[in-house]
Amino acid sequence: MNPIAAIGRVFLFFLAATGRLALFAGSAVFHAVKPPIYPRLIGRQMVEIGYFSLPVVGLTAIFSGMVLALQSYTGFQRFEAESAIATVVVLSMTRELGPVLAGLMVAGRVGAAMAAEIGTMRVTEQIDALTTLSTNPFKYLVAPRLIAGTIMLPLLVMVADVIGVMGGYLVAVHKLDFGPIAYLENTWEHLETQDVVSGLVKAAAFGFLIALMGCYHGYHSRGGAQGVGNATTNAVVSASILILTSNYLITEAFFSR
Amino acid sequence: MNAAIPKIRIRGLAKSFGPKVVLQNLDLDVTSGESLVVIGGSGSGKSVLLKCILGLLEVDAGTVEVDGIDVTRLRGSQRDALLRKFGMLFQSAALFDSLAVWENVAFPLIQGRRMERRAARDVALAKLGAVGLGADVGALNPAELSGGMRKRVGLARAIACEPEIIFFDEPTTGLDPIMADVINDLILKCTREMGVTALSITHDMASARKIANRVAMLHDGRIIWHGPVATIDANGNAHVDQFIHGRAEGPIQMAVLHP
Repeated sequence: MNPIAAIGRVFLFFLAATGRLALFAGSAVFHAVKPPIYPRLIGRQMVEIGYFSLPVVGLTAIFSGMVLALQSYTGFQRFEAESAIATVVVLSMTRELGPVLAGLMVAGRVGAAMAAEIGTMRVTEQIDALTTLSTNPFKYLVAPRLIAGTIMLPLLVMVADVIGVMGGYLVAVHKLDFGPIAYLENTWEHLETQDVVSGLVKAAAFGFLIALMGCYHGYHSRGGAQGVGNATTNAVVSASILILTSNYLITEAFFSR
Repeated sequence: MNAAIPKIRIRGLAKSFGPKVVLQNLDLDVTSGESLVVIGGSGSGKSVLLKCILGLLEVDAGTVEVDGIDVTRLRGSQRDALLRKFGMLFQSAALFDSLAVWENVAFPLIQGRRMERRAARDVALAKLGAVGLGADVGALNPAELSGGMRKRVGLARAIACEPEIIFFDEPTTGLDPIMADVINDLILKCTREMGVTALSITHDMASARKIANRVAMLHDGRIIWHGPVATIDANGNAHVDQFIHGRAEGPIQMAVLHP
């Protein structure tokens, strides 16, 4: 086989996939903003994405905050800069770990569930049935998930930020013998609005990407149980990669300001 | 309505998936109020034909006219208006498993017609009654139903909006002979009482003989024979003869490797 042809084929396949995804995203956003919208469906997805993700995101956040305090203590102790621990914990949580870890956990939990549900609807002809019943599947299935994902991830990250800082506080005060008041003052002292806002912007982008990947791979799944399984895997993997990639891009956009 | 215009008129329909040609140059008329059954082997493109008419698949060439209007290029609200004329019973019923049974039947009323939930529920329960299911079934989840009950719920959903045309995709496949006959009776009852045009696809000859006014056979992407159901035994076509008698030997060669 001609190796150059193979490279070309891969490249064309990549372009076709990118185009398909862009068209899908455009259509989904169009239907998300154009009435009619379904508040009942959006509400159900918000509960599914937000409320039911609280335990897993909370657990991730508290242990991340705790380990951050411990790790930065072992590092900063060598320079006698222990007072910077509180700042390190709160900046790492709000700017980076809160959105990224919450995003990855929600991608695994919710993105997979979306791909499996929509994929099953595809292979059992339920999506065709929606169309024949004069209901646009983009409006009924995709738009509510995109809206709910984009709204709920920032809210989840706010909770994760608070819980993560609390985790750092618990370790610092109860294990490393910091004064509680001094620790909290250090936490506030160098925190700026932009630190939190940049994290929440990331979270909104991640929520959108998770829902988009879940819906896209579910919507295009083919061939029975195996196809749905592939769709689920692809949704989680592609959402995770997009989260990490866009995380860098958003950080850079905020960093240069 | 002008009786001279067929309800559905298909001319030169072609559809391929990559190199695989499924339908080619297919012509078919369905007159208003008749029940046409399309028979054909597995993989002969029967489902693709229905999906092309409904616009679930884009056709490669040809026209599909419904009430004299070409529908192959309709978009947006015009397509919605067209789809309101149709009801479809899917092969696996395609019930929404996130909704209760009555919500499934009421779905086209609530979503399509913006009917109030309470009123839609009454209509849904009446339609469930029409297919022989009690109000207690309405509260169940689709996952709790047997195959025959799912088909009946699917039928109730297809007739909920009182469509002009109903498509039946293999209505009896996967059912025992008695339940299959119950479904056939329900189809007859619904189509006769409502005076709808019915287009069914099946490979179950008992079902075809019972519900059809007219039968058409799909083979090699074309309609190779059609005629009133009474004449099917004297069809004079070797392909149709082989199919209706279910013989492995004949002009139709299934893609089976002979060792």
